[in-house]
Amino acid sequence: MAPPAKRVEQLDRVVIRFAGDSGDGMQLTGDRFTSETAQLGNDISTLPNFPAEIRAPAGTLPGVSSFQVHFADYDILTPGDAPNVLVAMNPAALKANVSDLPPGADIIVNTDEFTKRSLAKVGYPADPLHDGSLAEYSVHPVALTSMTVGALAGLGIAKKDAERAKNMFALGLLSWMYSRPFASTLRFLERKFAKRPELVEANKTAFQAGWNYGETTEAFSVRYEIKPAKMRPGTYRNITGNQALSLGLVAAAVRSGLPLFLGAYPITPASDILHELSKHKRFGVTTMQAEDEIAAIGAALGASYGGALGVTTTSGPGVALKGETISLAIALELPLVVVDVQRAGPSTGMPTKTEQADLNMALYGRHGEAPLAVIAPRSPSDCFHAALEAARIALTYRTPVILLSDNYVANGSEPWLLPSVDELPDLSVEFTTAPNAEDGKFLPYLRDPETMARPWAVPGTPGLEHRIGGLEKADKTGDISYDPDNHEFMVRTRAARIEAIQVPDVDVEDPSEAARVLVLGWGSTYGPIGAACRALRQRGLTIAQAHLRHLSPLPANLGEVLSGYDRVVIPEMNLGQLAHVIRARYLIDAVPFNQVSGLPFTAATLENMLEDVVKNG
Amino acid sequence: MASPAIPLKLTMKDFKSDQEVRWCPGCGDYAILAAVQSFMPELGIPRENIVFVSGIGCSSRFPYYMNTYGLHSIHGRAPAIATGLSASRPDLSVWVVTGDGDALSIGGNHLIHALRRNVNLKILLFNNRIYGLTKGQYSPTSELGKITKSTPAGSADSPFNPLSLALGAEATFVARTIDSDRKHLQSVLRAAAEHEGSAFVEIYQNCNIFNDGAFDLIKDAESRDAHLIRLEQGRPITFGADDRFSVVHPEGSFGLQVQEGGAAIVHDATVDDPAYAFALSRLSGSDLSTTPIGVFRNVRRPSYDELVRKQLLDAQAQATGTPEEMLNDLLNSGDTWTIP
Repeated sequence: MAPPAKRVEQLDRVVIRFAGDSGDGMQLTGDRFTSETAQLGNDISTLPNFPAEIRAPAGTLPGVSSFQVHFADYDILTPGDAPNVLVAMNPAALKANVSDLPPGADIIVNTDEFTKRSLAKVGYPADPLHDGSLAEYSVHPVALTSMTVGALAGLGIAKKDAERAKNMFALGLLSWMYSRPFASTLRFLERKFAKRPELVEANKTAFQAGWNYGETTEAFSVRYEIKPAKMRPGTYRNITGNQALSLGLVAAAVRSGLPLFLGAYPITPASDILHELSKHKRFGVTTMQAEDEIAAIGAALGASYGGALGVTTTSGPGVALKGETISLAIALELPLVVVDVQRAGPSTGMPTKTEQADLNMALYGRHGEAPLAVIAPRSPSDCFHAALEAARIALTYRTPVILLSDNYVANGSEPWLLPSVDELPDLSVEFTTAPNAEDGKFLPYLRDPETMARPWAVPGTPGLEHRIGGLEKADKTGDISYDPDNHEFMVRTRAARIEAIQVPDVDVEDPSEAARVLVLGWGSTYGPIGAACRALRQRGLTIAQAHLRHLSPLPANLGEVLSGYDRVVIPEMNLGQLAHVIRARYLIDAVPFNQVSGLPFTAATLENMLEDVVKNG
Repeated sequence: MASPAIPLKLTMKDFKSDQEVRWCPGCGDYAILAAVQSFMPELGIPRENIVFVSGIGCSSRFPYYMNTYGLHSIHGRAPAIATGLSASRPDLSVWVVTGDGDALSIGGNHLIHALRRNVNLKILLFNNRIYGLTKGQYSPTSELGKITKSTPAGSADSPFNPLSLALGAEATFVARTIDSDRKHLQSVLRAAAEHEGSAFVEIYQNCNIFNDGAFDLIKDAESRDAHLIRLEQGRPITFGADDRFSVVHPEGSFGLQVQEGGAAIVHDATVDDPAYAFALSRLSGSDLSTTPIGVFRNVRRPSYDELVRKQLLDAQAQATGTPEEMLNDLLNSGDTWTIP
């Protein structure tokens, strides 16, 4: 019997959230849906949201894991404020997410999990599927688990394994609903379960069953299509911030011709960089899982001393531990890249939630006058270029650089227009191999007049044997010095050489060229700020947007840019750390706007706030 | 960084830097510095391929006085920094100079992990059983009840036995020597330098300002023979006048004991089971009444550097194309799509 013909509707954008127990495979399901969507040429932005616990008690609210994907036929900047579709694998997933849905949203629920016990576990007094509480939504009850088990009945696999394939049933159904190509998912399943062919079969069958269910059931009458977005020509892949950052570091090794040495201690949400880089030994990348955060940066600094590009990756608590070694790197004037994938603090805080509250620590969190360079990526794919820029500054100016990523860009993903390798910056370095003083001596602190960098003379270089350390050094010779004038000179020189780092001017986006309000951001808030500005402009309001990549030193034109507006608004996921810097440095009455909830700003939140400023000053 | 083709003719003088040595007059560190400087030419390694890395403390000023590459780092972290250097530069001879506070207190974690990894480092721990640079507080090797500035009623901490600690951390080379015995010190340095992997050398060192005479019992001519046990590979372990005392393994005991006469065990530092070296290390306590010196343990296990290097070389051997081509392939890996 031919399936009933389904109506096909065109949409310009959709936000889907997959939510389930942390053991339900929601991240994988979301990843696969994203990959299928990318193949179709839609623009995409994703946001995973998961608990720190690996397996919180099943069926509880703290155990809910979700993955949100926003895709559209135009260029988008955020994972979307509110889902149009929620896939809820159990009552906990429904309860934890339903309040984020706008009226009219579709909810696909796995009815098999809506048992009395599961409902009671999350405090539902009555079954929300039957008590009318979901009346404003379009609810699609689907017996996901039992239909999956039914579809796999003939395959002779254990019931538990069959039940676990229900996420593929859900993926099949959603793939049908949104007309996604699925060949890459089937290939993925073959790779993932290569060692257990019966699971390849089970998961493919579950996927197909979900797809067929959509096609045949009358419960879903509409199928949707979203046309490809107009994107710049080229080859793309979907990428998370942590992956892009890792590839940026590999690219820095290739473009500098140096071995890369990563010292790292596992910490959420930075560990994926360690995992990724450990796969790339063929590029001369050494990864060391150190005994602690301090050893991780110590080993990286030791490798830099020996002529490698030393890198350490961590999150806020790790940066706190590394502070003393960062100061040593400042005194030694050696290249070092310190990646801080920020998470909600203080202390352990909320390890899987995002925040931008380590800016103060990056800028000031060391003893003594200890300036260094600080940069931040604005989006997942931008992490690639930020990593290269961090390496450029570290190698050119012989300084530690802190790269402030955060959980939002680290785990979020977007399509990435792949760069051409030969267009990447040339980071080649020349080690010093000959004495640099007239009398044939080697002066380890004689500076390059242009970059103010000292020579990088690595062990193994004959005739340049020298001793350096954390004690204050005499100018030029690097000998230990307690001379007051020398210390004053060296402190001021270390500050001046960071200020002298060449960084690009900040760009201002203001299509009207008439805006009186500037919104200034840094790091991962670029997406929601940009989306809010676009929305305001579409409504005829004018607003200018500037976004900082370089936080130390700040771009040379920033003061002039800021003074050109009546109002400067600074949204941050902290209590106003950049705003303090801007107010202190430029004597501008910048308006801070702060959210420290562990979640990124929504575009709507910023749109409302900025609208008020634009209209009321 | 190729070595010169002609044999090196370096002398002790070549290893003296132009820096004025600034330890207190009479400090045991002078003797160790002189012993190391005069030993270095024996290595036959060009100066530029030798690096001394230190932490913080009196002993950690050592690199400034060696005319090699040197890095005076921060408190306790020398083994970690040296690990990154050694693992990424296997062509270098990397030496760590540390003290009892630096290595066993603030840097204890890095020391044990460098040893378990068997990083190719020669670690010289100058043990004077006191904090010198901070002016006289007790250290993690000070004897229980030690009266110092910070413990006027006596310390309540039991000390570490550094060799037992190193052996517990799976060290492959463990030795002890004394600052004032240049011949013995150099024999231990020689064995350490020949060892592939971590070599841990405890050097008893006198702090004549804050803990003077700490090791007199085993240094003074009148007392030392009755208390100092010189370990020599393949020789029965006896000491005292006319080899009066023997180190024996009593039946049914887990450890070794000192007794008058009896069948002394024959020393073999290459015994794979660390229990033997550990038992030897337990002969010495805070009172030094029976103190072995020499090489306790010297076994072969692949070094961290070797293993890391092998993984890199294996991966690079399988790689094809230029680094740029490989990078291009890497960027283009995974699910990609093209917009015309």
